[in-house]
Amino acid sequence: MRSTPLSINRTGAVLTALALLFLALVLGAAIGETAIPLDVVGKTIANRLWGAGYPLDAIDEGIIWNYRLSRAVVAACCGAALSLCGVVLQALLRNALADPYILGISAGASTGAVAVAILGIGAGMLTLSLGAFFGAVFAFALVSLLALRAGRGTGAIILAGVAGSQLFNALTSFIVTKSANAEQARGIMFWLLGNLSGVRWPDVTLALPVALGGLLVCLWHARALDAFTFGAESAASLGIPVKRVYVILISATALMTAVMVSIVGSIGFVGLVIPHAARFLVGVRHGLLLPAAALTGAIFMIAADILSRVIIPGQVLPIGVITALVGAPAFALILSRGRAAS
Amino acid sequence: MSLKAETVSWSAGGRLIVDAVDLEVMPGEFLGIIGPNGSGKTSLISLLAGIRPPKSGTVSLEGRPLAQTTRRDIAQHIALVEQQAETTERITARQAVELGRTPHLGALSPWSRRDTDIVDRALEHVGMSDFSGRMWHTLSGGERQRLHIARSLAQQPQILLLDEPTNHLDIHHQIGLLELVRGQPLTVVAALHDLNHAAVFCDRIAVMDRGRIVALGTPTEILTEDRIFAVFGVAATVERDEDGSCFVRYRRPRPKLHLISDTTKRHDHAR
Ligand SMILES: Nc1ncnc2c1ncn2[C@@H]1O[C@H](COP(=O)(O)OP(=O)(O)O)[C@@H](O)[C@H]1O
Ligand SMILES: [Mg+2]
Repeated sequence: MRSTPLSINRTGAVLTALALLFLALVLGAAIGETAIPLDVVGKTIANRLWGAGYPLDAIDEGIIWNYRLSRAVVAACCGAALSLCGVVLQALLRNALADPYILGISAGASTGAVAVAILGIGAGMLTLSLGAFFGAVFAFALVSLLALRAGRGTGAIILAGVAGSQLFNALTSFIVTKSANAEQARGIMFWLLGNLSGVRWPDVTLALPVALGGLLVCLWHARALDAFTFGAESAASLGIPVKRVYVILISATALMTAVMVSIVGSIGFVGLVIPHAARFLVGVRHGLLLPAAALTGAIFMIAADILSRVIIPGQVLPIGVITALVGAPAFALILSRGRAAS
Repeated sequence: MSLKAETVSWSAGGRLIVDAVDLEVMPGEFLGIIGPNGSGKTSLISLLAGIRPPKSGTVSLEGRPLAQTTRRDIAQHIALVEQQAETTERITARQAVELGRTPHLGALSPWSRRDTDIVDRALEHVGMSDFSGRMWHTLSGGERQRLHIARSLAQQPQILLLDEPTNHLDIHHQIGLLELVRGQPLTVVAALHDLNHAAVFCDRIAVMDRGRIVALGTPTEILTEDRIFAVFGVAATVERDEDGSCFVRYRRPRPKLHLISDTTKRHDHAR
């Protein structure tokens, strides 16, 4: 739209954005415990994608392709998806503090994960990820049901989400304290804080379509999201089928979040902070805000992953620790800015 | 474009709030709705706008029930200015008006030069062109209200529904706004609380009381001393000019009037 700051040249903006993303991915593959020169990264990508046939050290190529690149791509998808969810939920619920986990999804996922890992539910047939996914979907279903019964309005959804989160977090703690040994408890905590070390290409084939599909669904509804600026009744009077938009977009965000949480654990702050950062950069119109948030989220997450690998030599920090270390101060900034604005 | 409500009822909290209302809005007219607070004006306007489904009865646009019309279709013909619509988003005045184009734009159809012109004109109409770059939260209540009106004009409707549109405005802007709206080739339904504004600007006035329309007619038919006392509980003198227009002058209630005895009664109950 013409009154947004970045309307000079659409094609130019899109190309710059893609270039930035590509650069982040390459850096994500190059930086790590063993630093690998950028040209080797480029050649590996060329070898694998186009069969370019450059002679390369097999170990370097293996590290780049099998570990770092898949990991960077999943980090990007996850950052993009969580940021999109944040933007959508903040707009629909008209609450600046809404994040992807406000619907109880991360709490449900952790309960699902511990149910599989500690209680052995699924008798070895279920992976941790699948357990987390089912937990997330179950929690979301419960929260939606509660919200519908509690009545209309966005307040009901938020309250139901808080209640659901408390319930599932309590269940998780209950299971962990009752049944887990010290090693299991540590493993679970590590998983809960977000962890990309186990990520391989099969995860990409799940994360990438979900993130791209999610982006398309959200973009399709960009004008509808704009129309919620003055609330749901105002949106309805502007021709938005409010109920249908709620159902589609909230289900889409729930699905995106559930998939991402099941792959990498519940990484906090990204979905809350990145949307605000993106608004700061490009304004509040969703046609621009959604792609900007997705891009910022993707790059932020790749950077956080790099940091988590190099900040303490020889040790990988949970990525959630990094996002929170950056996220918490940013969040404080938003709060103070919000007060100044009101 | 005709808008018609047939025995429309709506209830909330187990209470009937709009009670079997029949109302036909004539194409091109300015219809005022007056009535005390809580009489159901806002609720009726929401029903007419189709943003709340009636509990029974139908609202129809050009003979077609709103329930069978898509939201987008309705919004291309009917615009609504709500009594209260606020945001904490950091949008500019112009962006607020641009929202009015929503029902005319698809997910794939881009914003065009024409949309920009329509928004420019709408801003001009309400005298807010100079404010277009200002942030919403820096504007006064009256400026925000004028932007809401501009948004509804940018929607290019045939029917404009206004819920107490002159709240927050100074007298100059109250008159200016009603004059502006009246000058548009639009059918207007407006909930008004100033009876003299209703007398000056309306072709017809509907009186609401406890969810019902208790009277409907021209200003001179409707604004009588007896009715004003019956509906609003205020004593008033209605002066009439030779040209048929009327003017309502409120009288100060004298002591020992029913209002005071009401209060005393309530105190008695409390004890
Ligand atoms: N959603 C609701 N739930 C319960 N009561 C409502 C609701 N909306 C309106 N009411 C009640 O209906 C009555 C009419 O309200 P309204 O249409 O806003 O009147 P008016 O606009 O004439 O002041 C009021 O008593 C109000 O409290
Ligand atoms: Mg009202």
